Amino acid sequence: MEAGTEMELFQPLQRENEEGYVFAQPATTYWRDAWRRLKRNRAAMVGLAVIVFLVFLALFGPYFCPYSYSDQDLTPEGINQPPSWRHWFGTDNLGRDLFVRVLYGARISLAVGVFASLIILCIGVIYGGISGYLGGKVDNIMMRVVDVIYGIPLVLVVILLMVILQPGLKNVMIAIGATYWIQMARIVRGQILSLKEQDYVMAATALGASRRRILLRHLIPNSIGPIIVTATLSIPEAIFTEAFLSFIGLGVAAPMASWGALASEGVQSLRSYPWQLLFPGLAICLTMLAFNFFGDGLRDALDPWMRR
Amino acid sequence: MIKFLIRRLLSMVLVLWVIATVTFIFMHLIPGGPFTREKKLPAAIMRNIEARYHLNDPLPKQYLDYFRNLLRGDLGPSYTYEGRTVNEISADGFPGAATLGLAAVGIALLIGIPAGIISALYRSKWQDNLAMLLATIFVSVPNFILASLLMLVFALKLRWFPAAMWGEPSQIVLPALALTGFPTAFISRLTRSSMVEVMQQDYIRTARAKGLSNLAVVVRHALKNSLIPVVTYLGPLLAGNMTGRFLVENIFAIPGLGRYFVTSIYNRDYTVILGVTIFYSSLLVVLNFLVDLTYAWIDPRIRFTDSGKE
Amino acid sequence: MQRRFFTVLVMSLVVMALAIPGLAATTSKGPALAAEQYVRFNAGAEPQYMDPARSTGVPEGHVQLALFEGLTRLDKNDRPIPGIAKSWVISKDGKTITFYLRPSKWSDGTPLTAYDFEYSWKRALSPELASEYAYQLYYLKNGAAYNAGKAKASDVGVKAINALTLKVELEAPCSYFLSLCAFHTLYPVKKSVVEKYGEKWAQDPKTFVSNGPFKMVAWKHNSYIDVVKNPYYWDAASVKIQKIRFTLVENESTLLTMYDTGVIDMTDTVPVAEIDRLRKEGQLKIAPYLGTYYYQFNVTKPPLDNVKVRKALALAINRQAIVENITKAGQVPALAFTPPGVPDVPGAKGDFRTVGGNFYKDNDVETAKKLLAEAGYPDGKGFPTIEILYNTSEAHKAIAEAIQEMWKKNLGINVTLTNQEWGVYLSNRTALKYQVARAGWIGDYVDAMTFLDMWVTGGGNNDTGWSNKQYDALIEKAKTSGDPKVRIKAMHDAEKILMDEMPICPIYFYTRPYLQQDYLKDVTHSTIGMVDFKWAYIVKH
Repeated sequence: MEAGTEMELFQPLQRENEEGYVFAQPATTYWRDAWRRLKRNRAAMVGLAVIVFLVFLALFGPYFCPYSYSDQDLTPEGINQPPSWRHWFGTDNLGRDLFVRVLYGARISLAVGVFASLIILCIGVIYGGISGYLGGKVDNIMMRVVDVIYGIPLVLVVILLMVILQPGLKNVMIAIGATYWIQMARIVRGQILSLKEQDYVMAATALGASRRRILLRHLIPNSIGPIIVTATLSIPEAIFTEAFLSFIGLGVAAPMASWGALASEGVQSLRSYPWQLLFPGLAICLTMLAFNFFGDGLRDALDPWMRR
Repeated sequence: MIKFLIRRLLSMVLVLWVIATVTFIFMHLIPGGPFTREKKLPAAIMRNIEARYHLNDPLPKQYLDYFRNLLRGDLGPSYTYEGRTVNEISADGFPGAATLGLAAVGIALLIGIPAGIISALYRSKWQDNLAMLLATIFVSVPNFILASLLMLVFALKLRWFPAAMWGEPSQIVLPALALTGFPTAFISRLTRSSMVEVMQQDYIRTARAKGLSNLAVVVRHALKNSLIPVVTYLGPLLAGNMTGRFLVENIFAIPGLGRYFVTSIYNRDYTVILGVTIFYSSLLVVLNFLVDLTYAWIDPRIRFTDSGKE
Repeated sequence: MQRRFFTVLVMSLVVMALAIPGLAATTSKGPALAAEQYVRFNAGAEPQYMDPARSTGVPEGHVQLALFEGLTRLDKNDRPIPGIAKSWVISKDGKTITFYLRPSKWSDGTPLTAYDFEYSWKRALSPELASEYAYQLYYLKNGAAYNAGKAKASDVGVKAINALTLKVELEAPCSYFLSLCAFHTLYPVKKSVVEKYGEKWAQDPKTFVSNGPFKMVAWKHNSYIDVVKNPYYWDAASVKIQKIRFTLVENESTLLTMYDTGVIDMTDTVPVAEIDRLRKEGQLKIAPYLGTYYYQFNVTKPPLDNVKVRKALALAINRQAIVENITKAGQVPALAFTPPGVPDVPGAKGDFRTVGGNFYKDNDVETAKKLLAEAGYPDGKGFPTIEILYNTSEAHKAIAEAIQEMWKKNLGINVTLTNQEWGVYLSNRTALKYQVARAGWIGDYVDAMTFLDMWVTGGGNNDTGWSNKQYDALIEKAKTSGDPKVRIKAMHDAEKILMDEMPICPIYFYTRPYLQQDYLKDVTHSTIGMVDFKWAYIVKH
């Protein structure tokens, strides 16, 4: 966040209060510090590099391949071939090159993964934060809304979306966006219920910090550990949810396939053609590892306690 | 406190009603009915069926009839399984699903929490990195893939466990393990992250400064307070696991509620859809309520009041 | 090792002692029977209706074939042979059949009579029962009328003359009625049980009374159904199997693992990905299956309202490549709609398909291109993007992907694929909200009519918008004629019209791949997909 936006958080009338709150460090350095610390964390930077590399591969890789994701070789010599120099990742049940398909799949799966984690971070954290911090009736209502979203069967919603909308990645994003933040909201709320009773929050309140400031500068940063864990670990869930949604007809249309879809298909030929599961599976694992390292570094960088 | 309890209970009932109503509307909005067949039924036969199951009643009447019966605890007859009521189906599918679900959560806690503690204590050492690597793998492999892998290795190749079916203790092992992968990884990461945070708090530093050993500090002070995220996660996890996981039940041929539920949606077996949804939601709201009570036990400063933060 | 052998030996001796009558009966004519005549076969999903009058699914069909017997039973060539009826007489006009029943008993030991059949058939037709398969009895005089509430039960053309004589009157001659008598909708159910327990009678093994080679002893929902030999069955002497466990498992890979680890002896679902390996190992067995996999066109909207376009699309598919590389289980490229295996006129030089022949060539790209050009789209220029609709399944997806690629390569047209959940797909298909849709049809009975009468104008399953008066007239002629020659000729002519107009594009004729241990012998696989264990036995292995 830039300094400008940070300043908007303050109401002009509270200027007097702000002056009383002299122990706080200037707002800008928190984010600048965080970035500095992140850059020093080698594991995090390797993770980031891998993510960038994967995105680069997904965007430009297919242009350097001799095959398209839909080119078939529907002959006994073409289908279900093990990895070779011609087909690095082997071929699938229609004789399509799996390497190209994994590259294309990255586009969908990375988009879904990043989108899901953004939704989780934005909606989930804010919603849970407000619910936990305000507590009482507001908390009861907000959390019951979460219970309702948990309770309505996702498959029903998905079938309904399928009827209303044209199939496509957009619908997958809607379905994921509508449901994926609830876990984060509950976890953040749980953290904040506990944190808000701590001494330093009392102190900040006593010193006249605004509610918004306490929430954004104290409570949420202090819950950053569980937040990052939840956000990164939800990515594979989102990737496979996309595969499931596409399978029942909501997502991207065949012959395009995401990593999740490739892996779900691959598991059916696990015994005879294990590479059809192995490579999309490895791609997901690698991505997750990169996100985890990066997320871990981010956590360390953002954790206010680590600055000491 | 009593006022809080009453308010909370009322809101839980309200939640169940909203879920049931929305589900009722959604399932009637989607195309197809319980007797939509590829080989279409002659009109006369369709009329007979609709009369038999009161499917030709106006929807508001069906809705009211359903809730009237629901208040008596009667979830109605299944449209798909002749002669079986939704109550019977739930009673039939719940034990299997719940046994499996609880076993999986139990294993996840037994492995996940110690793994998280070790990671936190040996932060950035090899123990931590190894735990992270394993957690990443188990988080990236969803339960149906893990299930297939387990079956391939332990049922087909090694023949240590039976491939599928239900009833003997040995048949619980593989499906429970398949369901354990993700929660274990998640719990260990959550434990680690909040543990790391709690360990930096002043009172833990004080405790350590007083010369208490690491382990003593962990057990006596840090663990309890770092469990809040894990407890939060447990509510929906338990509710979901106890009412069944379709894919794992399907792969291991377990007669659980998850199989009934997903099948009922594809079959448009309206009463089963509603019945299982209400069952699951009841479990969910109760568990989430218990989660909140657990917060107060973990951290006595957490109080649930009407007024909230003022 | 030693001890295990001893246990096995003792156990075999005990069981052999119990099974001596059966053993003595067969040793003279065949290989030695195994001591334990216990079969484990996967029936499929959890049965929905176990009441034979109401049931619709394949899993219940398998189990009911073991539990019940109709007036007739199908032999291994799908021909009706005497069952509970020991003989019958058909009147000259073909509209009246008199069945003479043999004395037989229910599985509870009480006698079974012609009155039971009269009761059961009328019950199956009654509007209150609301059976989905009631139409299997529409052939009876006033059957359809009674089911629609337009006639009384007493008007229906089935009447018990005495305990062992059943007189059946039909609306029109029906060449396959005797086969239908072996179908589950026409099985007898016991009145006193049905009336006492209501619709729960068929749910509980304790109240389940049947009349077939086996009787139900256990039903663990979503797990298995156990049946044992029924001592009261009239032909119990021919039944060698002592017990069958019908497992209720849906996952194909799991079934294969169960088969490989010896948990089941037989399964009729085989994962496609494993077929190559199983064939190489010599394990794969293939039974005929009376069905056609096809694509249908919505003929009400351009460009598919043009018959030349439809033909071009149909000809530009390489069916051989699809059956060899995708479905893999010996399916046959379909160059007509009615599959092989249904009879032609008596004395014909082959079945209906052989006599009818093929209507076009497989993978005839040249003609396809020519037709598309004639339709105004040379090399696919100006042809709009069309959409293939299929219901969610990996198998349908693979075929749709292959056809998409073939049409693109061969004709230069762009195709998008849309898959939908079953209910959504069906409702869109019915509402003609599609361009090209995947479909499949499995015969209800062994006659070409079950494939051809669906395409009449306004036919319940004619979701193409196609209509042809001449076709309708031919089907009507075939349905009412008592002369097999006239009937079959009319159906051949009708099929020719169907293939000339091509509202549908046949892809392949189904087969049913299955795995069955070699020690399990004489299991009957019918072409409509049913497995009969009446004559089965297990040899020593």
